[in-house]
Amino acid sequence: MLKDITLGQYFPGDTVAHRLDPRTKLILVFLYIVALFQAKGWVGYGLVLLATVVCMAVSHISPKNIFKGLKPMLFIIALTAALNIFYTQGTPIVEGWIITWEGLERAVKMMLRITLLIAGTFLLTYTTSPMALTDGLELLMNPLKKVHVPVHEITIMMSMALRFIPTLIEETDKIMSAQKARGADFENGSLIQRAKALLPILVPLFVSAFRRADELAVAMESRCYHGGEGRTRMKQLKMAARDWIALALGLLLLAAVIVLKHFGL
Amino acid sequence: MSVITVENLRHTYSAGTPFEKVAIDDISLSIPAGQFVGLLGHTGSGKSTFIQHLNALLQPTSGRVLLDGEDINKDKKTRHDVKWKVGLVFQYPEYQLFEETVFADIAFGPKNMGLKKEEIEERVREAAGFVGVKEELFERSPLELSGGQKRRVAIAGVVAMRPEVLILDEPTAGLDPAGSRKIMNNICRYREQSGATVIIVSHNMDDAARLAERLIVFDHGHVAMDGTPEEVFSRPQELINIGLSVPQSTAIAMALREKGMPLEGSVFTHEQLLKAVAKAKGVALC
Amino acid sequence: MIRFENVHYRYPDSDHDSLCGVDLTIEEGSFVAVLGHNGSGKSTLAKHMNAILLPTEGRVLVDGMDTSDEANLLPVRRTVGMVFQNPDNQIVANVVEEDVAFAPENLGVPPAEIRERVDNALKTVGMYEHRQHAPHLLSGGQKQRVAIAGVLAMQPRIIVLDEPTAMLDPQGRKEVVATVTRLCRENGMTVVLITHHMEECIGADRLIVMSYGKIAADGTPGEVFSQVELMEQAGLDVPETTRICWDLNKAGFSLPLDSLDVETCAENLISAAH
Repeated sequence: MLKDITLGQYFPGDTVAHRLDPRTKLILVFLYIVALFQAKGWVGYGLVLLATVVCMAVSHISPKNIFKGLKPMLFIIALTAALNIFYTQGTPIVEGWIITWEGLERAVKMMLRITLLIAGTFLLTYTTSPMALTDGLELLMNPLKKVHVPVHEITIMMSMALRFIPTLIEETDKIMSAQKARGADFENGSLIQRAKALLPILVPLFVSAFRRADELAVAMESRCYHGGEGRTRMKQLKMAARDWIALALGLLLLAAVIVLKHFGL
Repeated sequence: MSVITVENLRHTYSAGTPFEKVAIDDISLSIPAGQFVGLLGHTGSGKSTFIQHLNALLQPTSGRVLLDGEDINKDKKTRHDVKWKVGLVFQYPEYQLFEETVFADIAFGPKNMGLKKEEIEERVREAAGFVGVKEELFERSPLELSGGQKRRVAIAGVVAMRPEVLILDEPTAGLDPAGSRKIMNNICRYREQSGATVIIVSHNMDDAARLAERLIVFDHGHVAMDGTPEEVFSRPQELINIGLSVPQSTAIAMALREKGMPLEGSVFTHEQLLKAVAKAKGVALC
Repeated sequence: MIRFENVHYRYPDSDHDSLCGVDLTIEEGSFVAVLGHNGSGKSTLAKHMNAILLPTEGRVLVDGMDTSDEANLLPVRRTVGMVFQNPDNQIVANVVEEDVAFAPENLGVPPAEIRERVDNALKTVGMYEHRQHAPHLLSGGQKQRVAIAGVLAMQPRIIVLDEPTAMLDPQGRKEVVATVTRLCRENGMTVVLITHHMEECIGADRLIVMSYGKIAADGTPGEVFSQVELMEQAGLDVPETTRICWDLNKAGFSLPLDSLDVETCAENLISAAH
């Protein structure tokens, strides 16, 4: 069950989307999110939706994978939709009902917005290896080094976290099974009882995480890690023509959405 | 009378996805009460999946698991309560220790059973005695103990539930020869005194050969071999074909036979090899 | 070459020395196995070889460089690569090849050369086909081979493996031992293998037995295992090839104890006369 979490998973591949510079993709996602929040009318939403579908096609990511990733968010999406449906004033669908046409429209738009937001970020993480992603972030944030932001440290922390998520999930599964074998019950009881029942999982998990951190630090030092100074990278990021084209397209999308918004579409 | 009966057990991971994998494919077997069983097989042969079915941690995709004639997946309660009757010690069990004291950690299982305080105390002492955890360690934090001691505390945590069936997955993994021997001896003693059925999953052929009454060899989700150590190790080539090793004494016996020395009987322990060679040479052992 | 000169080490908060006066020289190009029970000091010994631990008394020299000298830290670690017990806790990256690139990146090697080193290292351990994989999906033996490649990419002359097989299944153990044996025999690297599985020591040039912080035996595997009583005292087993001859000798045979190979042992047994 825990293994089914796909958040942040990378699907190796060799499409244009995979080959784009991670910096390009990060900026594109940024532009995409801005565009999404600028979209007002159906045409605007339609345009963003179209862009998403095109990106999915280009990167060979099937809608099934996107939906699988959406599953954990379903509750939030449903809740937002419900709130919008019930708390928007306007013309009732049927005389006397609380549900209004305006509410319905807003609910659909909200759902679309959240879904697209998640789909967009998934496209990024599905097509970009976490290492490339952190590399891209590090380079994009490089100017911040001048104001003494520890950019290298932040990004190496991020990549370590990403590296150990699957390991820790697997470990959590194992510890849970072991405690269940001693009769621990994680499913029944009051909220407090259930919170207490987590202790037998959390304590070993933390103990092991600290042990791992300790061993990892020694292993990193043994491999001559001494901070970001003087480090080189095997994979040099280089902006190619396709990156500039992609960025131009991203800007175009944002511009189009803003223009459409201006016309109320 | 068999304590565990497995009927046409099948288990598929991630059914219905592209990652679908059949871990166990149509296994039927029964284990008589009190038997000492060794489960052999390489990683991925399905033996870990199999043992997790015996205490209902995993539910069969199809087939049934019976404990004392009763389906352990009959309802939610049986599925939960079977954990006391079939104690499962995972690989590297020391990683599951979490309580502040050794005593409290061993008491975790009995406490979950809802036993009275006196009963819990009695069981903790008894279990600690079986695995050789001294009482002066009871108030220490489990995290301060040495690797071997932690392992024993973790095993005691399961033994304290007084399971009818005790299953241990690689109980000696990562321990040195002396530490392994101690743990195996403790398990043997527990079995003798409690009469429990014991199932040990092991990579160590020499241990399996020496201790178990019956060996079940898994391969690709099937039972490839099932019999006494004599029977199983009399077909060493089959074990090698599956990708398993044979006990060192069996390997030497195979080489001797191939080179023309006639050895009698099935050879899988040092003593058997010694006797067989001495006999072939016509020498009496002192 | 690594030299230990009267090395003592005591862990902080401990009341006894974990190493009690170790003198040892590890020759260039040899395959040295170190065997010992839990707490014998074998891992402590290993951790002194690339300055993870520094002696409380005495000194350790790597190619003449004193490991206690802060200025020698990086050169020492470049010379002596280290592989650890838990494969999960030494892999830093999400993709095999990026993990292997970690050390040369730290050393500031130019990108094109890193690529070359990474490819060579992965080919040496037979993991080149898996270079794009996520490490957590590999088997234990494969992970350890990636960890070895990660060290090789640093181009050390000596590789020290601190119980690399303790957490592996028999298949993984074989993979790792075969890989390091090849590193020594074909690539001329010095290999120090710490283990408590005696069968992994059989192919080594030299076997050192540690017991209670001291070197209890030192010689070829055949010589060391022949000292059956000493091995038992150190809490260790001897191979069945030695054990059977040892027990037969008690009954009046005079079999050599140092034939560790099953075939040779069998031949000895067949030709043996009472």
